[in-house]
Amino acid sequence: MIKTTIAAIDTEKWIRYTMILMVCIWLAVVVVLPLFQLLSKSVVDLEGNFVGIANFIHYFKTPSLFNSFGNSLFVSVMTTIFSVTLGFLYAYALTRTNLPYKNFFNAIAMMLLFSPTLLNGITLVYLFGRKGLVTLGFFGAIPGWNIELYGPVGIIISEVIFTFPQAVLILSVALRMTDARLYEAADSMGASGFQTFITVTLPGIKYGLLSSVLVCFILAFTDFGAPKVVGGNYNILATDIYKQVIGQQNFIMGAVVSVVLLIPTVIAFIMDRIVQRKQVSMIAAKSVPLQPKINRFKDRLFLIFCGFISLVIMGFFATALFASLVKVWPYNLNLSLDHYNFNRMGGGGYSAFFNSIKMSFYSAVVGTAISFTSAYLIEKSRGMPLMRQAAYFLSILPLALPGLVIGLAYIFFFNTTSWNILGFYLPNPLNSLYGTMAILVLSNVVHFYTVSFLTATTALKQLDREFETVSESMSVPFYKTFFKVTMPVCLPAILEIGIYYFVNSMATVSAVIFLYSADIPLAAVAVANMDDAGDIAPACAMSVLIVLTNVVVRVGYGLVTKGIRARTEKWLSK
Amino acid sequence: MSQKANLKNSGYLRVKNIDKSFGSFRALKNVSFQADRGELISVLGPSGCGKTTLLRVVAGLEKQDSGEVFVGDRDLSNYPISKRNVGIVFQSYALFPNLTARQNIAYGLKTRKLKKSEIDRKVDALLQLTGLKGLGRRYPAQLSGGQQQRVALSRAIAVSPDILLLDEPLSALDAKVRVMLRLEIRQLQQRLGVTTIMVTHDQEEALTMADRILVMDQGKLVQEGTPHEIYEHPATPFVASFIGSMNFIGNAVKQDQGVYKVGEHILHVSGENGSAQIKEQSGAILAIRPENVMILPNEEGRANVIKAQVEAIEYRGAMFRVGLKLPLGGDTKVLIESDMPSEKISRLNISENMVIPVHFPTDRLRVYQA
Repeated sequence: MIKTTIAAIDTEKWIRYTMILMVCIWLAVVVVLPLFQLLSKSVVDLEGNFVGIANFIHYFKTPSLFNSFGNSLFVSVMTTIFSVTLGFLYAYALTRTNLPYKNFFNAIAMMLLFSPTLLNGITLVYLFGRKGLVTLGFFGAIPGWNIELYGPVGIIISEVIFTFPQAVLILSVALRMTDARLYEAADSMGASGFQTFITVTLPGIKYGLLSSVLVCFILAFTDFGAPKVVGGNYNILATDIYKQVIGQQNFIMGAVVSVVLLIPTVIAFIMDRIVQRKQVSMIAAKSVPLQPKINRFKDRLFLIFCGFISLVIMGFFATALFASLVKVWPYNLNLSLDHYNFNRMGGGGYSAFFNSIKMSFYSAVVGTAISFTSAYLIEKSRGMPLMRQAAYFLSILPLALPGLVIGLAYIFFFNTTSWNILGFYLPNPLNSLYGTMAILVLSNVVHFYTVSFLTATTALKQLDREFETVSESMSVPFYKTFFKVTMPVCLPAILEIGIYYFVNSMATVSAVIFLYSADIPLAAVAVANMDDAGDIAPACAMSVLIVLTNVVVRVGYGLVTKGIRARTEKWLSK
Repeated sequence: MSQKANLKNSGYLRVKNIDKSFGSFRALKNVSFQADRGELISVLGPSGCGKTTLLRVVAGLEKQDSGEVFVGDRDLSNYPISKRNVGIVFQSYALFPNLTARQNIAYGLKTRKLKKSEIDRKVDALLQLTGLKGLGRRYPAQLSGGQQQRVALSRAIAVSPDILLLDEPLSALDAKVRVMLRLEIRQLQQRLGVTTIMVTHDQEEALTMADRILVMDQGKLVQEGTPHEIYEHPATPFVASFIGSMNFIGNAVKQDQGVYKVGEHILHVSGENGSAQIKEQSGAILAIRPENVMILPNEEGRANVIKAQVEAIEYRGAMFRVGLKLPLGGDTKVLIESDMPSEKISRLNISENMVIPVHFPTDRLRVYQA
């Protein structure tokens, strides 16, 4: 009887159960607890006494603080309008017209994904700043034009550049999904082009459109890099948090502003999740892909539009590269690599650059391992529905958190030496991480966790549900199948996640600007600091280095993994 | 000695009183059955009847709410699948796409601490046995559907399972390949003598392959028997209509043992045929398969003959299906179908709207409680 009892224990199930529990605990520790610490700081006074919403009342009664909320909303809404409009036209051209060189136009738009928003700001300074190329009329060649860059104008342009590729991505997917038969039906009933657009095209992409609006809004609302460079005296929430924490060392008000920033973001995030779920149910139906009809006039119009946008983007990157190579803008336009010699500059120079590479590499390795394994455990386990749902929810949560909020929450959480819980002092075992490379990597792992997790989940969903069952029936332990089947088949997705982590960790400034220590300077932070100090040319040069690194990594990845991707495609072709 | 071996072989797999609910949905209601060693049992039923759940309970993939599963003298009721020693083939085959046919088949053997030469020998034998010789180095995507099916089967039997479980194993294949593989799987199963449970919704598959069929409906086991028993003596109207076609004539009233009044006609039913438990003067349903409905032009006035009008003639290749309108007195009419060889149709010159005598052989009529 005892023998029977022992044999009946499902060891595998318990290992999985424990591992999913660990996923929940890990996410609770690195997401929920720090967030809770941040929220609790927003309702106490400087002595740590609970004051309820007094801080918030103070916030909304102080115009200098409260104005930023309106400013943030204004620039985000404006950005969203421009970005979604331009993104829609561009995506429409890529998917619904006979535009030539589609791959080229697509690649150009996606180039912008590599550009840190700090670089967007800096490049705009070179174009429209006081001594900008356009402001000076191309060094006097034509009449100058001052657009009053510093303030909302600069922020909005930077954020449009930042959010445009995201809008193009989301809307291209939505536009591609439409069923050709609907258009044939509209045609057969003699609907005009405009009627078809209103009755077929728009309803077909409504979720994509809504999603792109929400995503652009969130990105613009929470971005820190561009407003830091071109915001001038125009205060917005993201720069306020930074000023409160770094400038005035007022951590309480920093927490309050973070909560004010967090609320609209979380609302937009929840709406986006609902919208995306609806979109998924739309894809499920069978559809016939649409073959765009030739329409000379329309095709030419969109070619001109896309050509213009591409020229602007290329001009934008060219300006950044040129400015980083010019000796003394705008007086001595001879080219040199002087600005790439960071020795005389603050910010850490090349050691910062290599720290960033190291940090991004670690973030890629750790982040990919954790996000893929978690996705596997949640997606490919049987039973324990509640635990899996909890783990899934916790995995989605980081997407709603702006980098600044993560950074500030981590300061509060990891800098605490002990917690007072009902009179008992509980020492913080994670306190030793503060000021180390580990906390930088951790903040990146969490900051970019959700997208990676969702990529992994999508890849895993494509695998037969019964792989695990079949292995179990043959008494093969699940981890063997994980290493021998699941991982090799998902390798392209795994590498994709790694690249995503690397590229974003290289460029991000928002979370790490609160967490880096003087011994571990970082490239993106150096850009912000050199820009602060007025060393805008070296800041530009460092940004160019970041972009180049990311482009090299991405292209190199494409070349190296070509074989792997081809092999996987062959495996999965039916 | 021989009796003892016999004992072990009969009732090798014993499934007792299984109940299983998902929330408020009762998927299995007190299901019990047994399988002898080497027997192929087919679980047949419409989708949602609980047949796959039953298979998953036997496999150990779902935990039953109550009930027991025995194999030989081992009580497996609480064992996980990994300790039940079952082989399983899914509808999708679930072949590992990054492993070759050989590697797929050898997958379960590797953890069994066998020597490499031993594994190679075993895999070679299986490839030979399932007609996959020379295809061992191919990846699943490079194999046809039928070949993939055979790899999946080889992989499942490689580990010498006590029970082989097949979940709709042929439904992803073309009709022709399906017919061929039906025979192959059956031969292989008999050769290996492995006790097999096959879940299917395809009655033809069940009738041609199984030693015995379990018919399920709404979580309940409604009939179990050999294919012949199930087809010839369906226990309920549901089984009768689910397996093959069946004509039903309702509103019959029992007059006497074997005598039923249908409208203004009297029909005689020979033998028991399920009519024993029906009380006299109470309602009954008569049933007859289309192939048993006879058309006899010159035998008017004989017992069990009713005149009917030809409603429709449907060409079915080897035969015709003739739709007949059966007057039961007054305005009541019942539509029934009769299958007839093409030759008979032309010989009797049957056409639409013709009125012809129809004969219901007494030994072919079945009776169900109304």
